[in-house]
Amino acid sequence: MSDPKTIAVEFKRVMKSFGTKRVLNDVSFHIDQGQALCLLGRSGTGKSVTLKLIMALMRPDSGEVYVDQDNVVSMGEKGLSLVRKKLGYLFQDAALFDSLTLYENLALPLSRLTKKSKDEIDDVVHHVLTDVGLGGDGAKYPSALSGGMKKRAGLARALVLEPKILLADEPSSGLDRITASEIDGLLMRRKVEHRTALIIVTHDVHGARRVADRVGVLDKGNLVAFGSVDEVSQSENEVARKLITEGSNV
Amino acid sequence: MRWLSKSVEFVGKVGLFGLRVVVDSLRPPFEFAQCFRQLAEVGNKSLALVVVSGFALGAVMTLHTRNTLVTFGATSMIPAVQAVSFFVEIGPLVAGLLLAGRVGSGIGAVLANMRASEQIDAIESLSIDSFKYLVVPRVLACVIALPFLTLFMDFAGLLGGFLSEELSSHIAPILYLNRAFEYLQWSNFIAPTLKTAVFGFIIGSISSYFGYTTDKGAQGVGEAATNSVVLSSLLIIVADVLLIKCIFFLFPETAV
Repeated sequence: MSDPKTIAVEFKRVMKSFGTKRVLNDVSFHIDQGQALCLLGRSGTGKSVTLKLIMALMRPDSGEVYVDQDNVVSMGEKGLSLVRKKLGYLFQDAALFDSLTLYENLALPLSRLTKKSKDEIDDVVHHVLTDVGLGGDGAKYPSALSGGMKKRAGLARALVLEPKILLADEPSSGLDRITASEIDGLLMRRKVEHRTALIIVTHDVHGARRVADRVGVLDKGNLVAFGSVDEVSQSENEVARKLITEGSNV
Repeated sequence: MRWLSKSVEFVGKVGLFGLRVVVDSLRPPFEFAQCFRQLAEVGNKSLALVVVSGFALGAVMTLHTRNTLVTFGATSMIPAVQAVSFFVEIGPLVAGLLLAGRVGSGIGAVLANMRASEQIDAIESLSIDSFKYLVVPRVLACVIALPFLTLFMDFAGLLGGFLSEELSSHIAPILYLNRAFEYLQWSNFIAPTLKTAVFGFIIGSISSYFGYTTDKGAQGVGEAATNSVVLSSLLIIVADVLLIKCIFFLFPETAV
């Protein structure tokens, strides 16, 4: 049993449906600060919805979602604004703002949510961009970036406010193995050096094996397996076992 | 029956969306930088379209008016007819419809694309109120820009009319202006120009509604753009009828 104070994110009996389709069915789990959880499962099983519920971009039909001990389900916009400052979100296609340069994409949250001066913002943006290998690309618009660069830029924006919890939606999808491995390396560094909790939705089992302390397998809205990679690979659930052992989607 | 309930639901949603725009535009923090950015987008980039259209429309209208007034020996009335018709109705309405086409489709498509590519979710995830950041500045920009664009259209129309008339009758510019403004009162000019602020609100709100609320991914981008133009244009024409009645009520002398 974890100490409640160390729990970064917790789901308690969460249900979520779209129309008649139930995408999350009585899902409960938690991860601690400094841990990495990889959510695996077939497309449409509610993995991305799980991230959006944590960020409170959606509300569950029932159940509770705790972020750093705060229940975001019953929270108003003001409270959510404070909770979201603890979270970073790497979207599936990076979701960089088209009309802003890379520098502006990163400077926007800093100028809005912190009291940093222009020089301090310049320093932070330069530092974070350099960290993800985009130090010389700040003046570029997202349309001028490759897929891998966009992912790294999205990660840089998610990290610019130094979040306690980082949510990543398929960080390695559409990338070659080398670039995917670089992204995994950046995530790992974040976890180890800053004790950031990571929740990663992925189809990349190799990446999950590298990064994850915990693996959750979602199937038809149910969390059918949850535990360490070894535990899930010996799970009684066939879908979970196949996902981990065969290293590809079922 | 189902169609009716859906229509009522849609009207309610659009109404609440418009109300939220009004409330949020009065609530701090104010997005001044975004407003200026959108004002440049809406105003500057529409100016050429409005001026050229106004000029051409003015020239064409004078050609038609001349043909009619020659029959009655009243060609001296051409400048007055031109000015009154442009300042009272043609300028405001055509500027509104042009902006609904150019800006409405743009706002609808941009916001729908931002929704489809999760940029709006990204804004929310950064603790920024996406409605205040994206929608309110766009609507305010339309509200502020349209009256000014209407003035440009009015004067461009007058210039087009003058050049057309000058080619036919060699009328002096001063004489043309004197005759043009002889029958124009402030109430003919101010109220119709200001009513375009309402048109701007309609364009900004409707197109933002379609773009901001779409949930159809990439397909929704085209739909939002088309629906924005169609409904904005329709509502501008309907609102024009109501606003003219209001203007006649508030300024009875203009109804004579």
